[in-house]
Parts: sequence; C-alpha cells; structure tokens
Amino acid sequence: MKNILVLGSGCTKCKKTAEVIEKIAAELDVNVSVSKETSPQVIMKYGVMSTPAVVVNEQLVHSGSIPDTTKITSWLKEA
Amino acid sequence: MFQIFTDFADWLTYTILALSPDSKLGDAVHFFVEDVSKIYVLLIVMIYVIALLRASLNIEAVRNYLAGKHRGVGYLMGSGFGAITPFCSCSSIPIFLGFTSAGIPVGITMAFLITSPLINEVAVLLLVSLLGWKFTLLYVVIGVSVGILGGLFLDTIKAERWLQSFAADALKRAQTSSDSPNLPEHEVTLTLSDRHSFAITESKEIFARVWIWVIIGVGIGAALHGFVPEGWISAHLGEGQWWSVPAAVLLGIPLYSNATGVIPVMESLITNGLPVGTALAFCMSTVAASFPEFILLKQVMQWKLLAILFALLLIAFTLVGWIFNAFIPFII
Repeated sequence: MKNILVLGSGCTKCKKTAEVIEKIAAELDVNVSVSKETSPQVIMKYGVMSTPAVVVNEQLVHSGSIPDTTKITSWLKEA
Repeated sequence: MFQIFTDFADWLTYTILALSPDSKLGDAVHFFVEDVSKIYVLLIVMIYVIALLRASLNIEAVRNYLAGKHRGVGYLMGSGFGAITPFCSCSSIPIFLGFTSAGIPVGITMAFLITSPLINEVAVLLLVSLLGWKFTLLYVVIGVSVGILGGLFLDTIKAERWLQSFAADALKRAQTSSDSPNLPEHEVTLTLSDRHSFAITESKEIFARVWIWVIIGVGIGAALHGFVPEGWISAHLGEGQWWSVPAAVLLGIPLYSNATGVIPVMESLITNGLPVGTALAFCMSTVAASFPEFILLKQVMQWKLLAILFALLLIAFTLVGWIFNAFIPFII
C-alpha cells in the first residue's frame, strides 16, 4: 500500500491533483491512500516552494503543477 | 500593427451588428470587440513566446541564486525576479517559507512577493498594447521600486521579529548555521521540444486563468467608455482633487482582481480623463493589496507585521499616485 501525500495550500490545482491520482489508482487497481496536507509547516519540512507537490512514501517526487498521467502511472506502478 | 483589430471591430460593430458609430452602445461595443480580440491574440502568441524563453527559470533556481547574495543587490534582484518569475498566488506561503528557511532576509523575500503580482508578462503585454510602451516602462520601474523600498523598509524595522515563531526559527537556524546553506541543486537542461511543451502547457494554463478577467475588465471599461458622460470623471476626480488618490487606493482593496482584469479598466478610466497617477494607484492597490492574500500571510506573520505591510502598501501606492499626477505632464 502506498501513502501519497499532496502538498498545497488548498488551491484548486491541489484538489485536482489528489483527484487525478485517486482516479488513476482506481483504474490501475492499485491500493493507495491519498491525503492532502495544507499546513505550511509540513510543506516547509519537505522543502517545497511551488505547489501542488506530491510525496510518495515520504519521498518528494513532484512539485509545481498537476502531474501528468504518465508520471502518476509510473509512481503507482513502482514497487 | 494593431490597426487590424480596429478594422475588425469596425466591421463587426457597424456592419454586422449595424450599430451607429455615434451611439453610446455602438461606442461601447466597438471598444469591447477591439480590446478583447486584440488582448486574446496577443496573449496567446506572447505567452507562448515568453514561456519558451523562460522555461528553465524556476522558483528553486531563484532561491538558490538569492541565498547568500549581498543585501544591497538582494533587494534589487528579489524585486526583479519577482517581476519575471510566475507563480500562483496560492504558492506565496510555501515560497515565503522556502526563502526564509534558506536564510534569505525577510525584506528580500517581501521585495519578491510585493513585486510579483504587480508585474508579470501578461500585465506588461496589456499595458504595451493598451497604454503604450512609455507608460509600461514607468509602470515596471515603479513596481520594482515599490518592491525594493518595501523590502528595505521591512528589514530596517527588523520585521523578522513579527514572524510566526516557526518561521522565525527557520530563518535563525539558516542564518546562524553555515554561511552557504545546503540547497538541493536544480540544474536542468532543456531541449527545444521540452521548451515547446512547457510553453504550450503554460499558454493553456494562463489563458484558462485570465480569459474571463479580460471579458470582465474590458466589459467594465467598455461600459465606462460608452455610458459615463464625457468630462464627468475629469470634473469630479480630476487633478486638483488630492483626496481622489487615497480614495482610489482604498477603493481598490476590497476589489480583488489580477492585473489582467484591471488594466483594461485602467485604460478606459485614463481615456475618460482620470489622471494617470490616480488610475495607477487604483490598479496597483487592486492587484497587490487584497484581503485573501493577507489572510494567507497570517499563517507566517503576526498581526502586527501584517498591519505594517498593509499600511506600507497603501502609503506607497498613494505616493505613487500623487507623484505621477504631479509629474506626468513632464514625462509623457
């Protein structure tokens, strides 16, 4: 099971990012837990400056935009 | 170069819609069609070209560059980068904290954050096409100066005293540790096709965000243009009315818009006789001093600092307005 964290101060793009990840995970039938993190302190901890950003299992993998499908698929497929 | 849009508006308004050029409605519709078509075409073409050029510029690179810069250069660079680096206003908090935890002084960070909403490629584009390059140049110089002076002032009064404690701690840690903070490298080399795809995404994104503002802004501008009696503005809000500048700034605060929406309104106000300084003050206040933005900043600043920042912007924009109204006849 993968823990995916979407970092962002609650803007539309961040919500959309979480939705897209959940949708693709459902399509691929991958078991994930997607949560959103809006606290500035936590966002700072990951050293992120442009949101939305994505953290997979505590590893920062993306920041600054809504990730595209290929990227999301590769995170989900990685063991 | 822009004649084609006038011709298009002539054709659509007077030939297809058969409105009379002398009627108020015809006047307003013509203004609307000409400005909207011109702005849309310019936006799509220019955002693409600019995005192509600035594809490799990202916020991490800016931070790494600003960290460890001498203060004197820092304000200028902070404000300058604010003008050319785009970011969504919902990123201002992470940027503030990212800069702060890299040990960049609060004043330099704020120079960046103050200038950023005031100046961006869309704003510059609209200003050039609607109000000419001289006005644009002045606008840019003023925007950057407000950022620099604001930043300098905040450092002079030691604004870091009034940060929220976790942000203040992060700043102190970064400044007292090694003098070269350990920042992740963000060196990327981009191929032409990377740049192209970045530019396409960027154009789509910016256009999707601003098209509605263009309609609203030009719509209000067109209504002013066609229906406010000629001479009314200059008689009531014209020169000699010193209070009209602070009033314009105050009026701008609850009105929250981005530069794209407010510039067409500003154009219309100026052509209707509103003094340039007053229009400028109104525009800057609408764009840079907004309640939603301040509520966000509350997460990293104490009320006292927020109040100071707010007052600082109000005073700065009022001064800009007054100075412009006094000197504009000699400049343009």
